[in-house]
Amino acid sequence: MDASTRTPTLSHNPRILAERETKIVAHDVNVYYGEKHAIKDLSIDIPDRAVSAFIGPSGCGKSTFLRSINRMNDTIPSCRVTGDILVDGKNIYDRDLDVVQLRARVGMVFQKPNPFPKSIFENVAYGPRIHGIAKSKADLEEIVVSSLKKASLFDEVKDRLDHSGTSLSGGQQQRLCIARAIAVNPEIILMDEPCSALDPIASARIEELIDEIRQNYCIIIVTHSMQQAARVSQLTAFFHLGDLVEFGDTDEMFTTPKDKRTQDYITGRFG
Amino acid sequence: MSDHTVKSYDDDLASLKQMLAQMGGLAEEQLANAIDAIAKRDTKLADRVIAGDEKIDALEHQIEEKSILTIAKRQPMAQDLRQIIVAIRISADLERIGDLAKNTAKRTHAISEQMPRKLVSGLTRMGNLAQEQLKNILDAYARNDADKAILVWRSDEDIDALYNSIFRELLTYMMEDPRMIGPCTHLLFGTKNMERIGDHTTNIAENIYFLVHGKAITEERPKKDSTSTTNYNLTT
Ligand SMILES: Nc1ncnc2c1ncn2[C@@H]1O[C@H](COP(=O)(O)OP(=O)(O)O)[C@@H](O)[C@H]1O
Ligand SMILES: [Mg+2]
Repeated sequence: MDASTRTPTLSHNPRILAERETKIVAHDVNVYYGEKHAIKDLSIDIPDRAVSAFIGPSGCGKSTFLRSINRMNDTIPSCRVTGDILVDGKNIYDRDLDVVQLRARVGMVFQKPNPFPKSIFENVAYGPRIHGIAKSKADLEEIVVSSLKKASLFDEVKDRLDHSGTSLSGGQQQRLCIARAIAVNPEIILMDEPCSALDPIASARIEELIDEIRQNYCIIIVTHSMQQAARVSQLTAFFHLGDLVEFGDTDEMFTTPKDKRTQDYITGRFG
Repeated sequence: MSDHTVKSYDDDLASLKQMLAQMGGLAEEQLANAIDAIAKRDTKLADRVIAGDEKIDALEHQIEEKSILTIAKRQPMAQDLRQIIVAIRISADLERIGDLAKNTAKRTHAISEQMPRKLVSGLTRMGNLAQEQLKNILDAYARNDADKAILVWRSDEDIDALYNSIFRELLTYMMEDPRMIGPCTHLLFGTKNMERIGDHTTNIAENIYFLVHGKAITEERPKKDSTSTTNYNLTT
């Protein structure tokens, strides 16, 4: 792909992009649900080892674009994706790409915590097992413990790993889901409003967790809380009616946004 | 700028701006009366200025409280946040301007009736200039007019230049007639107060620019008060 043909969507020139390697490149991506044009000519470079936040009014296409990064949209029959999305330079929509493999590299955490109705241990062990990541039982145990630790849940559950995942509190369940995502060694973690079902303290713990792990992953978080986006991310993308309006350093997006629509949205002026 | 989805948020910001306008009006009035009082050696008017400073102080506290409450309630972003931060800063400058007007008014008592009129004329000129700058900057704030703010900011040079010349003038009077040293010293301090009011006015200008553009003025302003480094050969 020739970079010079890309439509510029950057209103700012994000510093962070210059400092980090680019993990994901989307080029002229369009997503349709039947006739509905949900994402329009979207081009964006997303850096590795940083948190990028997607913000924008409901229905602007944040989840749609997020799902196109691990090809979750493939599961929606009416959904059609055109354009290129590259992870580490490799087009994930190539025919020869193994989607199961891709989803192991690109983990996802949803709005509503959705642990399996199984033990805490099994919730985390499931992924490594089906992907053949663990070489032995001891190895698997090691992966489960370290994933729970990375998700800062281990101390709270270490005495009851055999309890059901669904017996945990909402915040703990969400951290369990993050542990489950981390367990398969993903490179990218997509989070779609991961705190919207949580109370402020549980949300704060997730934010703290994101901050702790961001050095090792490319994280994208969709959030409706402007303050949360401002706190946890280094880059912010503002979507509106299927367009990527503005993408830039979070500090600038929330203090001196360039586009009037961004300004209106973040200051609470959207009608 | 368009309205907030939550109406009462607009009301919060509007009332902050309104309080600041009121405070600015009071500061202007205090300054005008202080200049008048000292020029006419009107001690009654001077006392009114001294007593009137309280109102300005009270408004500063109200603005501070309103600002803190609005930040806590609304978690303002971007221009809205700057609006509040800038209101706090401008109110601090206006409060200082009020203090300087009061301090100038106080000196009316110390200046004798017999002092030649021409001695006061320098202070009056300085005062009028400071007053005009203050009026212009309050106007710029009311209209979010960064261009006008820059004009005021640049013209602080005029105040500085005038101050330097009055400083020399008063020194000359003092050398000519040592009995004038007392009143001239008060006039010198009064004139210095006007120069400082000019500095607060430029602070306000910088804040208006920041409010509108989200960044500081980068231009270098030529300097200015040279009296602190001026040598006078008192024997000549
Ligand atoms: N499965 C679907 N079928 C049809 N339309 C959909 C589907 N999912 C989302 N949409 C539509 O696509 C647009 C973008 O939705 P979505 O990506 O969920 O927005 P967001 O996450 O920003 O709220 C909306 O107009 C929505 O109604
Ligand atoms: Mg969504």
